Amino acid sequence: MLLDGRFRFDNFVVGTANRLAVAAASAVAESPGSVYNPLFMYSGSGLGKTHLIGAIGHAARVANGELRVVYIPLDDFVDDFHLAISSGQADAFKERYQAVDLLLLDDVQFLTGRRETQSEMLRIFNVLQASGRQIVMASDRAPTEITDVDERLLTRLTGGLIVDIGVPEYETRVAILRHKCEERGLQFEAGVLEELARLPLGNVRELQGALNRVVAHQSLLDQPISAADVRQVLGALRTPTPAPAVISDPAAAPLGGGGDEFQSFLSDVTVAVAQSVDSWRVRLGARIAHWQAEGFRTTMLEQALALDDPPDLDALEAAFADAAARLELLEAEVVLLDAALAGDEVFRDPQRLAEAEAVLERAQAAGDPPPGPAPGWTMATFEQAESNRMAVRAVDAVLAEPGVRYNPLFIHGPTGTGKSHLAHAIGNALHAANAEPGPAACVTAEEFVDGLIAAIQSGTVEQWRARYRQAGALIVDDVQVLAGKERSQDELFHLFNLLHQSGRQVVLTSDRAPAEIPELVERLRSRFDGGLVVAVELPTRELREALFSRALASRFGSVDEGVAAMLAEPPLASATEIEAMVERVAAVADATGSPVNAEVVARAIGVRRPTPAFIPVARDTFFLDLEKVVVDWPGVDGRIVEELG
Amino acid sequence: MSIVNYAAREITCKIVYYGPGRSGKTTNLHYIYGQVPAERRGQMVSLATQTDRTLFFDFLPLDLGTISGFTTRFQLYTVPGQVYYATTRNLVLQGADGVVFVADSQRRQLAENIESLQDLHANLASQGVDARTVPLVLQYNKQDLPREMIMDASELDDELNFRGVPAHVGDALHGRGVFETLRGISELVLRKLTATADAGAGR
Repeated sequence: MLLDGRFRFDNFVVGTANRLAVAAASAVAESPGSVYNPLFMYSGSGLGKTHLIGAIGHAARVANGELRVVYIPLDDFVDDFHLAISSGQADAFKERYQAVDLLLLDDVQFLTGRRETQSEMLRIFNVLQASGRQIVMASDRAPTEITDVDERLLTRLTGGLIVDIGVPEYETRVAILRHKCEERGLQFEAGVLEELARLPLGNVRELQGALNRVVAHQSLLDQPISAADVRQVLGALRTPTPAPAVISDPAAAPLGGGGDEFQSFLSDVTVAVAQSVDSWRVRLGARIAHWQAEGFRTTMLEQALALDDPPDLDALEAAFADAAARLELLEAEVVLLDAALAGDEVFRDPQRLAEAEAVLERAQAAGDPPPGPAPGWTMATFEQAESNRMAVRAVDAVLAEPGVRYNPLFIHGPTGTGKSHLAHAIGNALHAANAEPGPAACVTAEEFVDGLIAAIQSGTVEQWRARYRQAGALIVDDVQVLAGKERSQDELFHLFNLLHQSGRQVVLTSDRAPAEIPELVERLRSRFDGGLVVAVELPTRELREALFSRALASRFGSVDEGVAAMLAEPPLASATEIEAMVERVAAVADATGSPVNAEVVARAIGVRRPTPAFIPVARDTFFLDLEKVVVDWPGVDGRIVEELG
Repeated sequence: MSIVNYAAREITCKIVYYGPGRSGKTTNLHYIYGQVPAERRGQMVSLATQTDRTLFFDFLPLDLGTISGFTTRFQLYTVPGQVYYATTRNLVLQGADGVVFVADSQRRQLAENIESLQDLHANLASQGVDARTVPLVLQYNKQDLPREMIMDASELDDELNFRGVPAHVGDALHGRGVFETLRGISELVLRKLTATADAGAGR
């Protein structure tokens, strides 16, 4: 409707107050999409912005008849949008606007609070601008004064050129009135238009209204109105509105130049500012203001402002937004660990993201360290034999190059064959070597699972993870316990990857090979298999004898020769059982009051009748039947003798 | 000093009127004050004291409103022209975005004009500022005086305007040339925005 030719540049009177706006509008009309995109014009009511926006459309279409030009006030746009949504024609709506070459949007101040429309408009703007098509907007206020507008849309609105149209000064108002009279073929006595222009009217529309009244009065009375009559005629018709401050009466101007000097100066400054301010800096400035309002330090963006050439703003803004989001996340995590770190400056500066990550890591590391290896289990106390030689060699290789050669080391074998001893020995050796980055974490799979459950219960899973992540090595005993425990397997999987990738040693033990552990997720199984899988066999008789010798010596000092060999005879499986047997021997020795000798050992072994050569002469007939002696009690006090009859 | 603050959407220009004593600097400000609508100007402050150590200058803040989305303010200062107020002059000059040199066109004041102009350059140099980079316009004031008493613009140009900066003839008492001068310096200052590519996120 505005493109019917009534609103054109040649019938728009240019003065100092609107010179910049007209210049910008003409430039846009001459080459839409190539300069000042978008062009945002704002002014008070009745100062010609709708005329100018219409003139742009008209001139652009005159220059290029094939140009698709759409003029639409925002309210109509909203109605159009709602209609499209309600009729299921949303796509057609988008396509219609996205096909426009020159979009003239009036009264955009009505965007306030219309979030859906804003989103849609943002999408349309993105499409149009990306394809170099022109957007022109008019509003009764500056973009930054339109409240409740999506920040991204606001950035688009302010990304091109913003010009305001001021109140015309006296000379321009006279020119406007003369122009109107010429258009309409009106004649007035000298001084009438000048008198009209001196009236304290707020805008051009009111000026036209006053002119209309004078015209009506003149035609009604059928006699010309004089300049002196003007105020009287209008006074009878209307109550004058207060004059805008910038309009001053030349007659009352002080000596030297006339009262519009300041207005003229202001107009020149406006032109100079508009030509001097870079649109990309304006956009960046808006982002800086936004992030500062969010409480972030914006040094990163401010540095970009100082560049001579515009940087990649989209990438810069995205990087800043990502960093800010990450910082918020880090702060949320760190507060769980240490409330005193809430609001720490480091979480407000995207340039210090790495520092913030480190703060979180330190906070996580400040928790209890994971359990370490059992101190007594070292390689020095490990009895080597043929049955565990392969495993021992693997351990030696691991200790020579932790995390490099065999990672993970998976040791499997029957219970009590020294797997845990070996695994902990690695932990102790790494610790003794001050291996970085920290002590080894040594846990049984059961402890691992229990710890995770407790962390889930208390909502401290992240801290629980952090304890393990900082470990210099990870040793998990009896991983077969993880069978069917999916979450634990998941956690171990991620932990394994983290440690493995950072070159930290992982040692696992199990009573069976990875392939034989049921309900173990494949990704974990393949990782277990990916290092070195070694088996430890049940100890041979020689190994058992050596183990007994050591244990007896440790417990009793010197003992009779042959005792260790006697004890080693039964196929006891584990070091644990050996220890238990030694304790049993001690108990029998205590009970019988005799030193550790073959007889005591025979009684301790109990279940196996020793060869006659070892049967001593019984001193106490009550215990003659060794099979009746129950020795599996932890203390002597609670011992029960059972008469089997 | 930053002129434009993109983050706060503010433009603030500090313009200093420099020149020998009684050349008409304060008169310039008074005239501007009289022309600017009341809501656009702040209180004009004139500080006077008897000791050198206290500030002695005129200050007129102008609020030009929102221009291209920027809240635009001009701060106009005068320095005390008298030779013995050297410290104050240097202080007021600090951070100036532009300088208006108001010369007294009277023939007998030529030496004072030259001395003051040299003083301006010396003060800028003492602040580590290259005088050639500071926007500067000249105003040859008091051109309303009888011809025989004054030098004309071309004579003054020969004597004072060795940098070839914009010069305006003026009669500040009656307003002639006052706004032309202000307009001239403002445009120079604002044009420098693009040339300097100031970071301007905070002053």
